[in-house]
Amino acid sequence: MSAFAALLARDIRLAARAGGSAMLALGFFAAVVTLLPLGIGSEARLLASIAAGVLWIAAVLANLLTLDRLFQADYEDGSLDLFALSPLSLEGIAGAKIMAHWLTTGLPLTILSPLLAVLLHLPAAAYPALLVSLLTGTPAISAIGAVATALTVTVRRGGLLLPLIVLPLLTPVVIFGAGTVLASIDGLQNGGIWFLAAFAGVTLPLSPFVAAAALRLNLSE
Amino acid sequence: MTPLDCVEGKGLACVRGGRTVFRDVGFRLARGEALVVEGPNGSGKTSLLRLVAGLLPAASGTLWVSGGDIVIEEREERGKLIGWLGHHDAVKPQLTAAELLRFFARLQGTRAQSVTAALERVGLSCAADLPCQYLSAGQKKRLALARLKLCGRPLWLLDEPLAALDADGKSLLLTMMREHLATGGLALVATHDPIDLEAARLQLA
Repeated sequence: MSAFAALLARDIRLAARAGGSAMLALGFFAAVVTLLPLGIGSEARLLASIAAGVLWIAAVLANLLTLDRLFQADYEDGSLDLFALSPLSLEGIAGAKIMAHWLTTGLPLTILSPLLAVLLHLPAAAYPALLVSLLTGTPAISAIGAVATALTVTVRRGGLLLPLIVLPLLTPVVIFGAGTVLASIDGLQNGGIWFLAAFAGVTLPLSPFVAAAALRLNLSE
Repeated sequence: MTPLDCVEGKGLACVRGGRTVFRDVGFRLARGEALVVEGPNGSGKTSLLRLVAGLLPAASGTLWVSGGDIVIEEREERGKLIGWLGHHDAVKPQLTAAELLRFFARLQGTRAQSVTAALERVGLSCAADLPCQYLSAGQKKRLALARLKLCGRPLWLLDEPLAALDADGKSLLLTMMREHLATGGLALVATHDPIDLEAARLQLA
C-alpha cells in the first residue's frame, strides 16, 4: 500500500510543479470557455442554452491534453522499467496513475466549473447538476484515457492518436453529462446521472487491469 | 537483501521486430559472481539484460533464478530481485535528487532514512535539494547508482554503466560493484568499454 501511496504522491507532486499538467489543464479549460462568448456573442439566452455542452466538451478536451503524457513520460525516461520491476504490480501502477490524474485534472476542473458557468449565464438551478455530473463523469474520462495512453505508449507522438481512440468511447459521457445539466435547467431529472454513475462504476475498476495488460504488451515489444 | 544463489540461462533466443537478435545464449552466475556481456552495437546486449529482468519474453530457452530451495521461473516474480541500471536514468527533471530517491525507496519498500547516506556515497550530497533538471548527465548517472544501491536488490543488471561517468565516477562504480559482489550479490554488466573487473565474459556475436 505504501508503494501505491508513494506513486500517487509523486504523480500529484509532478503535476503541481512548474510546467506540470494540473495548471495546464485548468488553464486550457478556462481559456476555451472564456473564448467562447467572444466568438459567438454575449446573448445571455443563447449562452445559457449551450453552457452545459460547452463546459462538458471543454472538460473532456482539457483531460485529453494531459492524458497524453500519463504513461509516456515514464516510458521515455526509463521510469516505467523500474516500475515494472517494483513490488507494486502494473495494475497497481496504473491504478495509482489514474487516481493521481483525476485528483490533479478532473477534480480541479469540477471545482472551477461553477465559476466559468457564471460567464456562460448558466441558470442557478443547474449548478448542483453541473457539479455532480462532472464529479461522476470525470473519473471515467481518466480511466478510459489511461487505457488508450497505455496502448499508445510506444507510439511516437501517440498524443495525436489519442483523441481518435478516446473521443468515440467518451461520447456517452458527454451526452449524459451535458444532458443531465440541460434537464436540470428546466427542473427535470432525466436519469442521466445514473447512467454516468454506472459508466464510471464499470470503467474505473476495470481500467487498471486493461491498462496494465496494454503496458505489458508494449513493454515486451 | 533477499538471498539469491544462482541465475542460469540455457539456449536463450531473442527476436525483436521479426529479426533474430541472438540465439542459443547460455550462462550461469552464482553468488558473488559477475558476468560481463560484450559485443558490438546491435548484438543484443541490452536485449539480453531486458530478457533476464523479465521485461522481454524469451523467444526460446529457459531462464531461472534460485535462492535456497526456491526456484523462480515466472517473469514478474523475477523482477522483484533485480536492481536495474538502464540506458535511461529514470530521473525526473522537476523533482530534487533527494525527492527522487525517497520516492523510489518507498516504491521498493526500503528504508528512506538511508537516502542521505546514498547521496553522500555517490558524491551528490550538495545537490540533494537541487531539481534534477540542473544535474549533468554524469550526475544523473550517479543518482541512478545511488538508487541502485538504495534498493538493495541481489541481482544487478547494468546496461552501459560507465557511460557519462568521469574517471572518479567509474572507480566509484567499480568499488560499489565489488562491494555488492563481496556481500553475496550477483551482477550482469553489458558494456563495450573495457571494464576492470575480475569476471567471466560472455561474447555476443
